[in-house]
Amino acid sequence: MREISTLEVTKAIKDLCLQANRVLRPDVLEAIRASLGFEVSPTGKEIMEQIIKNAGLAVSEQLPICQDTGYVGVFIELGQDVLLKGDLTLAINEGVKEAYDEGYLRKSMVACPIFERENTGDNTPAFITVDTVPGDKIKITVIPKGGGTENASRLQMLPVSGGVEAVKEFVLEAAEGAAKSCPPVIVGVGIGASFDKVGLLAKKALLRSIADSNPDPELAALENELLVRINKLGIGPAGLGGRITALAVKIEAAPTHIACLPAAVTFNCHAARQAEAII
Amino acid sequence: MHYKIHTPLDDNTVAKLKAGDTIEITGTLYTARDQAHQRLVELIQKGQALPFGLKGQILFYAGPAPTPPGKVMGSVGPTTSSRMDLFTPVLLAYGLKGMIGKGPRSPEVKAALIKYNAVYFAATGGVAALLSSYIKKAELFAYPELGPEAIYRLEVENFPVVVAIDAWGGDLYDQNRELYKEA
Repeated sequence: MREISTLEVTKAIKDLCLQANRVLRPDVLEAIRASLGFEVSPTGKEIMEQIIKNAGLAVSEQLPICQDTGYVGVFIELGQDVLLKGDLTLAINEGVKEAYDEGYLRKSMVACPIFERENTGDNTPAFITVDTVPGDKIKITVIPKGGGTENASRLQMLPVSGGVEAVKEFVLEAAEGAAKSCPPVIVGVGIGASFDKVGLLAKKALLRSIADSNPDPELAALENELLVRINKLGIGPAGLGGRITALAVKIEAAPTHIACLPAAVTFNCHAARQAEAII
Repeated sequence: MHYKIHTPLDDNTVAKLKAGDTIEITGTLYTARDQAHQRLVELIQKGQALPFGLKGQILFYAGPAPTPPGKVMGSVGPTTSSRMDLFTPVLLAYGLKGMIGKGPRSPEVKAALIKYNAVYFAATGGVAALLSSYIKKAELFAYPELGPEAIYRLEVENFPVVVAIDAWGGDLYDQNRELYKEA
């Protein structure tokens, strides 16, 4: 067993929150630059140039890329041979609190979702997913994510008889939500598993690098087909019309029940914030 | 067309703006989002005075990030406008002339823009470090207890927006969607 103090986790979470909020995901910046030439709308081009300029300014001025510095999604891959000293959840929330306070990041969490909706004041709690993996390390991925893109997410239990066509139709219908998600977006699609797990699959799909391709050739082909079709919708940068609506479509699939075909779609906005570290 | 305009907005300025025009705004903007809207509309419904006169003003749907020491303003950018749709016609009836946000608006808002000769601008979402560089002065103006949802009074110079919906029914979201849609 390798002993790791949760103080190290707090420090990592804090650093990752600051980094993710100020440094645009490099592969996203690269994809914006690369697709600028394919955008035909003058407004769309202008918006993509603003995105590139903003990324530079956020780094030089140490300001968050977007004022909505999000809720903090935290994905932990916890090595089975790690002995954690301390409370993991408390340690993560402490890191979030320190980053959002010291980094002048916006606190956007409310304690009660329906009645008072009073701000918790420190942007906690984080939404934490822990997966156990072999080994003696902890991999931490932080994705602060804004409310606008989150609101455009969709989940549906599709009819099994509908098959792949039902999935395509659902994704393309949900893709209309890209207009409100600060496009160009990354589209994350989850297919299979159960009601509660399929949303997580979609969210995890967003974590994949733009350049990577699904190892399953059928899913890779589906990702490509959906990307082409979404970019024909005309939504364009900022939803103000154009060709570049999505930079990538990423699908994560998992086994499911014989009676089920769950599907979920979620988006990452062009202000994609994500950072990871290994302890 | 490209225009440089100043606040407060007058009827002639609003009337010449067309969906798709690129605009640089100089003058005063007031930030207001969900909770501030709710409070303003409640005051109007109770017949009480608003914290500022709406006549000719522009509301910016934004909840800024905190301002770091030595800076005029933290990152600031538009939030999704449709959440304000229910409140907008009431505010337009009370003299509001412009709004800055992101995303399409309801048919009711579009009708109210025509009725009251007002305009809806889109600023780019997710480029908040860039947009904050156009803010020359910022003051926490009302409802500090709302945190990021408080009303800030901003003085801006050449703040870049696009006319998304004009006072003549022109809607850039619809027009361009049709223009760039491919079979």
